[in-house]
Amino acid sequence: MKLKTLMMGAVATAAMAPAAFAERGSDGQVNIIMWQAPSTMNMYLSGGTKDVIAASMVLEPLARFTPEGEVVAWLAAEVPSVENGGISEDLRSVTWKLKPGVKWSDGTALTSADVVFTADYCMSPEGGCAQLAKFEGVESVEAVDDLTVRVTFTTPRPDPFSAFVSGQAPIIQKAQFENCIGEAAPTCTEENFNPIGTGPFRVTEFRTNDVITFEANPEYRDPDKPAFATLVMKGGGDPASAARSVLETGEFDYAWNTQLAPDVLQGMEAKGMGKVSAAFGSLIERLEVNMTDPSSSLPEGERSTLKHPHPILSDANVRKALSMAIDRQLLTEIGYGSAGKPTCNLIPAPEAWASDNTECLTQDIEGAKALLDQAGWVPGADGIREKDGKRLSLLYQTSVNAVRQDFQALIKQWWQEIGVETELKVIDASVYFGGDPGSPDTFQRFYADIEMLANFFEGGNPEPYLAQRTCNKAPGPDSQWQGENINRFCDEGYDKMIAELSGIVDPAERGEMGQRLNDMLTKDSHSIIPLVYRGTASAHSNTLGGVQLNAWDTELWNVADWYRVKE
Amino acid sequence: MTEPRGQQVEESVSNAAAPGAEALPPDDPVAAGAPSRSQWRDIWHQFRNHRGAMLALVIFLGIILFVGIGPWLWTIDATYVDYRARNQGFTLAHPLGTDQLGRDILARMMTGGRVSIAVGLVAMAIALTLGSAIGVLSGYFRRLDAPLMRLTELFLALPLLPLLLLMVTLFREPLSQRLGAGGGVFLLIVTAIGVTSWMQTARIVRGDVLGLKEREFILAAKSIGTPAPRMILRHVLPNVISPIMVAATLGIATAIITESSLSFLGLGFPPDFPTWGRLLYDAVDQMQMYPWRVILPGAFISLTVLSVNYIGDGLRDAMDPRIRGR
Repeated sequence: MKLKTLMMGAVATAAMAPAAFAERGSDGQVNIIMWQAPSTMNMYLSGGTKDVIAASMVLEPLARFTPEGEVVAWLAAEVPSVENGGISEDLRSVTWKLKPGVKWSDGTALTSADVVFTADYCMSPEGGCAQLAKFEGVESVEAVDDLTVRVTFTTPRPDPFSAFVSGQAPIIQKAQFENCIGEAAPTCTEENFNPIGTGPFRVTEFRTNDVITFEANPEYRDPDKPAFATLVMKGGGDPASAARSVLETGEFDYAWNTQLAPDVLQGMEAKGMGKVSAAFGSLIERLEVNMTDPSSSLPEGERSTLKHPHPILSDANVRKALSMAIDRQLLTEIGYGSAGKPTCNLIPAPEAWASDNTECLTQDIEGAKALLDQAGWVPGADGIREKDGKRLSLLYQTSVNAVRQDFQALIKQWWQEIGVETELKVIDASVYFGGDPGSPDTFQRFYADIEMLANFFEGGNPEPYLAQRTCNKAPGPDSQWQGENINRFCDEGYDKMIAELSGIVDPAERGEMGQRLNDMLTKDSHSIIPLVYRGTASAHSNTLGGVQLNAWDTELWNVADWYRVKE
Repeated sequence: MTEPRGQQVEESVSNAAAPGAEALPPDDPVAAGAPSRSQWRDIWHQFRNHRGAMLALVIFLGIILFVGIGPWLWTIDATYVDYRARNQGFTLAHPLGTDQLGRDILARMMTGGRVSIAVGLVAMAIALTLGSAIGVLSGYFRRLDAPLMRLTELFLALPLLPLLLLMVTLFREPLSQRLGAGGGVFLLIVTAIGVTSWMQTARIVRGDVLGLKEREFILAAKSIGTPAPRMILRHVLPNVISPIMVAATLGIATAIITESSLSFLGLGFPPDFPTWGRLLYDAVDQMQMYPWRVILPGAFISLTVLSVNYIGDGLRDAMDPRIRGR
């Protein structure tokens, strides 16, 4: 008996050893399912999250964001700051020092020329780079020496971490893409499907919208990583089948974006093969309140433009009452479970920017009724409130999505209780978010009174996101209905504060200013009614170790650290 | 519908009379025939002998009663959200349970059925009228044949979904304004389904009419100078009634399913209008945990379709003089 125990102990130790001293390629294969299949490996040509995620295993940036939203050096030796001289005193330039000895997967060395080339590639005027926003305000990128790059901005930048930071703006190899610049970019199929990278994996076979197979990069800078020799990324299906293939059948180790009803996920998790984890970034599910008149009796080209303020929703009391009637706690519970938190803020993070605005978290139907009574909106014969011959009747639109339709039903009922009539409308997501200037059903057109959507900002700097709400960014016929100020919020004071914000350097002060701006949009004006702070949920098998979800960067940011859990 | 039946008898009477050389057919065979036995009674008698059809009729009437009278007896609002009673099983308060928002499923089944059956019947009627009209015209008049058949092929080749998308985008708003959200969408959807599903019927009918045209009784009718409209209504249509019937029963099923896929794409009814198709689709995610939510609407759709099919089958048999009496 004793001998047997000893032997078993020895076997167990032997089995444990590889996990403890993992070497490259020792853990076999890892399978990832993406229900939206990646269609390219060059994220400069596609803004889709799916493509960015796939490519992030091969191409790496100078610095990344951690799950907490902080910047960490990746290909750079250190994060530049004013203290270490990386950021100049006038805030107009950043100097990046590359890690020495980093090699591309073809064996050549990574140099500053590659970084300079990446900027030229994306900023090429004929290129149509999908990540151009990351390079906005960059005046020049120059190589100081082989391992040093200086980025100069046109205006002082208190927060310069956009170009070359995060999975959306990684470094591509100059030697490979040299002839693919500008108009030639999309024609370089071979390069776009099989980029040479510095990341832990390299592509062995790329089948568009289907399967990508990867193998460990032999030149990766950490000789022990990655633990997996091969990685297969399968595309296609829907969130439910993807989650099932990880949580119930175990065919896959990792499923991206398994956004399903919480009770469905709980049922799947009960099988004990894997679990769903959520990471919180800045994604907020919210109601946008149209401040302009979407009425179809207006001539085309004037509907939902600043020319005509909304007949009902211009009344701040109505907007406030609509917000008060909503039980955000219940919405979160029904729609997102542990992958959501009720919120009253548009900017939920980073901490310095998050306003302590919690007033809206308790539902107050009676208060909402009283508020409407005071404002002169009195119930008519059918219980719907009226004022000056205007019925409190709203059109509420969103995309086709089971959770969003549940939200619509709940919110409609709460609004019914306070005497607001709601007509619901759903639009196919590809049309709603499609941005086609010719379609009347896009969220930018906003031919409705209320619309529901979720949006987020990248990186730890919410400033550009807040700057979207200035008067001049309202979508309209003259801007081909493009523009980020979806609800046509227009306040001179707000515009002035945004201008001020770009000159402030001190992080604490910036955060404070950001909180004030957030409050102006939410609790002061109720032009945006935040509902749920959403996490991104992904499922992974219990046998897959090292997974650390990251909502501020790509989900596979630390794929090099993944390993197989030995039992 | 009365026209064809009248014809059947006329024909069967004349057929019967033909071998008897003594008397020519009377001027008005219907009036001259046995007055005690009416058309309808004959058909009903025959229909009653078709056991499947009788069962189907009972089920179909049951469903109609369920969705027609049900909402008056079971007064819970189908869209009322009672979030304290979410995901309940079969209880006294909610005989068929509640959904993920605590809406009563029995009430939703009734209200949903109203919409689904109405859509099915109306869309089928539109498709059938269009289809048989085009089929008969192109089969009967040689000059119209080529253009009408090319039109049919054109419609068959049209991708259905983009066309529906276009129709909805163009007409939803003006129609909703004039007829209200529900009414406008209803009209739009039945029209959309109707005008995109008549092609099969048209082709089948045309084929039958082409064959029929060569038959002796048509020739005989022609030789006594029967004008074309009368010819079509009295001699052609009644004889192609059986393929039309079959197409009709299948059409109802397709219409119910098409409506649900439209709702699924956000092109159909607003989300607060339950329909069977929507209930089915909404429940698919929770199929494993709450199978009843899928089974119930699915069963109702299947039952409706099956029973309509059987009724069609029985009717066809009952109206066919060659089978009747056997």
